Amino acid sequence: MRKLALNDEILLKIEKPARYIGNEVNSVMKDPEKVDIRFAMCFPDVYEIGMSHLGIQILYDMFNRRDDVWCERVYSPWIDLDQIMRDEHIPLFALESQDPVREFDFLGITIQYEMCYTNILQVLDLSGIPLHACDRDDSVPIVIGGGPCTYNPEPLAEFFDLFYIGDGETVYGQLLDAYKETKANGGSRKDFLEKAAEIEGIYVPGFYDVSYKEDGTIASFVPVNPHAKSTIQKQMVVNLTDTYYPKAPVVPFIKVTQDRVVLEIQRGCIRGCRFCQAGMLYRPTRERDVETLKQYAYQMLKNTGHEEISLSSLSSSDYSQLKELVTFLIEEFKGEGINISLPSLRIDAFSLDVMGQVQDIRKSSLTFAPEAGSQRMRDVINKGLTEEIILDGAGQAFEGGWNKVKLYFMLGLPTETEEDMKEIAHLADKIARRYYEIPKEERNGKCQITTSTSFFIPKPFTPFQWATMYSNEEYIARAAIVKHEFQEQLNRKSLKYHWHDAEVTVLEGVFARGDRKLSDVILEAYRLGCIYDSWTESFDNEKWMKAFENTGTDIAFYNLRKRDVDEIFPWDFIDIGVTKEFLYQEWQRALKGEVTPNCRVKCSGCGAMRYKGGVCIESKN
Amino acid sequence: MKARIKFRKYGVMRFIGHLDVMRFFQKAMRRAGIPIAFTGGYSPHMIMSFAQPLGVGVTSDGEYLDIELKEEIDALEAVRRLNEVMVEGIEVVNFRRISDEKKNSGMTIVAAASYRVSLLESSRSADITRALPPDWDGKIDAFMNQDSIVVLKKTKRSEMEVDIKPMIYQMREDGEGIYLFLAAGSEQNLKPDLVMAAFMEFIGKDVASVPFHYHRTDVYARQAKDKDTFIPLDAAGVL
Ligand code: SF4
Repeated sequence: MRKLALNDEILLKIEKPARYIGNEVNSVMKDPEKVDIRFAMCFPDVYEIGMSHLGIQILYDMFNRRDDVWCERVYSPWIDLDQIMRDEHIPLFALESQDPVREFDFLGITIQYEMCYTNILQVLDLSGIPLHACDRDDSVPIVIGGGPCTYNPEPLAEFFDLFYIGDGETVYGQLLDAYKETKANGGSRKDFLEKAAEIEGIYVPGFYDVSYKEDGTIASFVPVNPHAKSTIQKQMVVNLTDTYYPKAPVVPFIKVTQDRVVLEIQRGCIRGCRFCQAGMLYRPTRERDVETLKQYAYQMLKNTGHEEISLSSLSSSDYSQLKELVTFLIEEFKGEGINISLPSLRIDAFSLDVMGQVQDIRKSSLTFAPEAGSQRMRDVINKGLTEEIILDGAGQAFEGGWNKVKLYFMLGLPTETEEDMKEIAHLADKIARRYYEIPKEERNGKCQITTSTSFFIPKPFTPFQWATMYSNEEYIARAAIVKHEFQEQLNRKSLKYHWHDAEVTVLEGVFARGDRKLSDVILEAYRLGCIYDSWTESFDNEKWMKAFENTGTDIAFYNLRKRDVDEIFPWDFIDIGVTKEFLYQEWQRALKGEVTPNCRVKCSGCGAMRYKGGVCIESKN
Repeated sequence: MKARIKFRKYGVMRFIGHLDVMRFFQKAMRRAGIPIAFTGGYSPHMIMSFAQPLGVGVTSDGEYLDIELKEEIDALEAVRRLNEVMVEGIEVVNFRRISDEKKNSGMTIVAAASYRVSLLESSRSADITRALPPDWDGKIDAFMNQDSIVVLKKTKRSEMEVDIKPMIYQMREDGEGIYLFLAAGSEQNLKPDLVMAAFMEFIGKDVASVPFHYHRTDVYARQAKDKDTFIPLDAAGVL
């Protein structure tokens, strides 16, 4: 029988012991004596969040297909266990073997959002791994970072031995082979890192030197080790069909956020919204073959026993075989009591029809993400959703029996005026009016239009990477304008308005476009007790502000400063395919309110064509 | 068509709570391809009910769930298929067709449960047990010879004095540990830890100072013809 890392007394005292015992269906057990490499794959958040992440399941499956590797999972211990582990000096362990992470060859951490940065330090700390990469010796695992936040890894640079930039499916094999070779030759940690630095897509931050100008911006960013490259090329799987996919993902005992089979239908997005980082990072858009997806659906449902299946991608309506796939899923699985959960689709006759088939219309709601209230603002952000499309879609849905609508917007976008903000409330009201145009007898009681706004955060590798942000107070003031305008609306009783927290926005903004100097702030915040910052109940803004103060770090430098055309950004050494020239051109077009067509309408020559795949070559085959 | 499944829960699975065991079995039914029946509506549910919830930390050799089948399946085949998709710590023992009558459902007929209580070296591990103190045999007899055993039963809303004596059908030393045969089910239900707490108080010991492990050995129904005789659930209402 497996021996657990935590004793009974602890397991019976903490919340949800199932988070820490492993043993789940489809988790992979191997004999540690028979593998060459032990890889701990970590999502630095609580189990229920981490287990819901598709990327980790893909890599877990991919690594464990190799006989010489055993990949296991690690998540952040929840606050209750965190304290016990510190008090009783229990080292962080991997779920499968229950062995300490410190004994592993690698600790891979996926970095999905900025507000998990202190949890990364928690994981390193509890594992007994020195927080700074420069303090580590051969006895501790190589710490790798991956995931969307590594497109600007600089705020975390000091804590990682290397970063893997791009799709995980491509060069991990090479990296592991390089490790085995180094080990066989008796090479050191540094020998391995030098080998790794030569692999495409691998960034070893310790091999670079950054110097700053007097104003705090970067003067130069150069490799100081002959093995390190001056630019790091984003990794990309060109053929999404012919690659790894977990046909038997791990099935948690406890309910997790994503408690279902997930089919990733495509990667990337053709739309080119100017605020959206994913839309630029994952260019060009690549589709997965529909017949393959059908096979995956059978196999994954059978292997997991899940009672729900969902599709995952950006802008799913753009998947060319959507109709075929959705119809297949409904016909094949609906009768077996499998729920089909649809991603938010563009509202049209087709989507309304399938939504009507898979969910209870009276309980479900329609979702629109216009992102901005006025047409002018939507042109600035290049969001091709017009008021007419929204009102048409909503109208059709209302006539079909729906009466709930959810709307998502951003506040604080570049060039936003008071009128743009107020238009958010006006649009919501117009949707309600459209509803009340339906004769009383034919409609389904009152309608409920729920509007949420988040504050816009400029992200690296977007046309808005040059944009300035606002202060906490200014964000709140903007939300107040919207709220006030909602109260003025005719149908205000049918309208609800929520806005996101501004404190977190400010921090996310700092780290999204931050530089190496920020590692001090993260460390200081962690020392002051910050952890689980993405959880409202544990987020402590005062501690964060103290961390900025103690380290003499100025938030305004990161968020409120105007960035010049020729400024060297901390992430400029990464080449995602899309060129800086294209992004700048888009920034200029944005300021003029000029829209840019999507990849299927017309190629705008963004640079991603160089990967020779996906939408760029679609019609040219 | 109804069937009753008996299973064991042991090892690390003792940390998985009742609701999660239910979820586990729902998914296991699909993996094993058991032809289970569903309710109607937008979100159909499997027709499945568990006989008697088991507390976290407790292991068991006699857990039961009843399911409704939409087509016939061979019992041995069902056991084989289910065990192929189990995890370490859950084992299906048998699968029996039961009569379709409502009054036979596992939930309603449960009347008693038997437990083996072991004394532990420490609350840190349920695997290391120790022998009962030699004088406990006599003390158990004395405990059971009381006219009544009144304990304070705490619920979320109130505290109530209850005489648990009538609900303790048997209590005796049993080799390594203590054997308990207690009332269970929807009418009367007595948990083994409450009995042990009462016993510890009776012998003047602090209950927190002596760690126990509880293992349920089986769950019982009253025999239809002779209400004073108990039979294990996998022998009750079986076709
Ligand atoms: S090169 Fe053209 S088609 Fe390809 S991603 Fe860029 S804009 Fe789209």
